Amino acid sequence: MSIDTKRHIHEMSRLEISVQDTDFSLADEVALLERDNATDGAVVTFTGRVREHNNGHSVRSLTLEHYPGMTEKSLAKIITEARKRWSIGRVKVIHRIGELTIGEQIVFVGVTSQHRHDAFAANEFIMDYLKVAAPFWKKEGVNQDGVCSEQWLEAKMSDSTKATRWR
Amino acid sequence: MIKVVFFAALREQLACSELSISSDDINTVADVKQQLCLQNAQWQPILGHGSLLSAVNHDLVSEKHSVKPGDEVAFFPPVTGG
Repeated sequence: MSIDTKRHIHEMSRLEISVQDTDFSLADEVALLERDNATDGAVVTFTGRVREHNNGHSVRSLTLEHYPGMTEKSLAKIITEARKRWSIGRVKVIHRIGELTIGEQIVFVGVTSQHRHDAFAANEFIMDYLKVAAPFWKKEGVNQDGVCSEQWLEAKMSDSTKATRWR
Repeated sequence: MIKVVFFAALREQLACSELSISSDDINTVADVKQQLCLQNAQWQPILGHGSLLSAVNHDLVSEKHSVKPGDEVAFFPPVTGG
């Protein structure tokens, strides 16, 4: 791979991936996916939010830790794989880190394509792989019978099953 | 030297986020794990947990993956993002 190609890929990844502690605007992200983009008729977006209840207990907050460097690299690999499988236009992946409260947005995946099938499939693929391969970890602040505590979330078997079905 | 980093619940259990070990006699990720357990006997039950994932230079790899001087090796629990 030439240095120019590598630089181009690096530049693309920087635009497509954002790991940030601040919130994002769905409207702004959709506008960026659509701006000067007359070729793509389909825009599929997914937004993940902090739930009030998880496994039957009440969640007060969520803290997200990640592995800087590997996070961006793994997300870039997932997007590259999605581009190999489907004919897609623009991609944007945003993942928040730090402390979040109920109802806050955690993750955004936006994909455009000429026709809807590619954008739908690629969006779900990116989300499924992000769940099992991108180095993020959630720690929940829970309130059980008036007692507050913190605990790391366990990985779900159903998430690895969802990712394996794409193989 | 080899840089070793830990994350999330594992980082808390070991009370360590980062350390360096000599690259002597280290060929694979499994060797790194074994060396860490030799240096800290109390880490053995924690690092011996089968569900732990490993990465070399920011790529998810198996324990058979090769490790060379200057590499960054990471150990962490299954990921829970998204």
